[in-house]
Amino acid sequence: MLRIGRELVDAIVAHARADHPDEACGIIAGPAGSDVAVRFVPMINAERSPTFYRFDSGEQLRLHREMDRLDEETVVVYHSHTATEAYPSRTDISFAGEPQAHYVLVCTRQQESVEFRSYRILDGLVTEEPVEVVEPEMNSAAPGVGKLDRVAAPATDA
Amino acid sequence: MSVSVSVPTILRPVTKGEKTVTADGGTVAELIADLESRFAGMGDRLVKNGALHRFVNIYVNDEDVRFTGGLDTTVADGDQVTILPAVAGGAGQGR
Repeated sequence: MLRIGRELVDAIVAHARADHPDEACGIIAGPAGSDVAVRFVPMINAERSPTFYRFDSGEQLRLHREMDRLDEETVVVYHSHTATEAYPSRTDISFAGEPQAHYVLVCTRQQESVEFRSYRILDGLVTEEPVEVVEPEMNSAAPGVGKLDRVAAPATDA
Repeated sequence: MSVSVSVPTILRPVTKGEKTVTADGGTVAELIADLESRFAGMGDRLVKNGALHRFVNIYVNDEDVRFTGGLDTTVADGDQVTILPAVAGGAGQGR
């Protein structure tokens, strides 16, 4: 399962929308070994194409060194499909070279909604996985307190 | 010529888990031949039909060898070689 903050989902979708009709791509980095998605890093699509993407190789090397220095790993690799469903293509599968990563695909073919799906791709095998989006307010204890108040209220009426 | 070669996660099963290995050679092709002699399978992962495989990027210091002569790119003592998986894909055509 991919667990990811709402703000990271929104950032990926915004990047995909901004680059439409070309495919957008990037990663989310996190502490090495944690599988926790933290740092949004949009990348240049060196292909500038509606049907292909490729990280600019120089930008990728600089990112690799930066992540090495910060002891980070690639937690999510994302890209957009702009006219077809958010499912890995044969090209996506043949290139998938980050065995620890969640491969996120978004589809921007519809204006009003965006498909956001995540996959594991290992040795040519694709497995879709659930995505749990963590809303900012889920970190706070406030909703639990509110619920208790509502339960208490009918008791005083009775 | 001895250089250090940084190995990406996906190739570490071939290097028995080593993240950095050393290799000898005066060109990228010679480095790969040396790696293959000690880590069987490395050559096939990096080279296809005599050219750098499209699934990988190889850098000598800061330069992607695709822009500096490919497998014929020269390396000098103390150079740092980095292998990364190419991050690429896309919907492709005909779907």
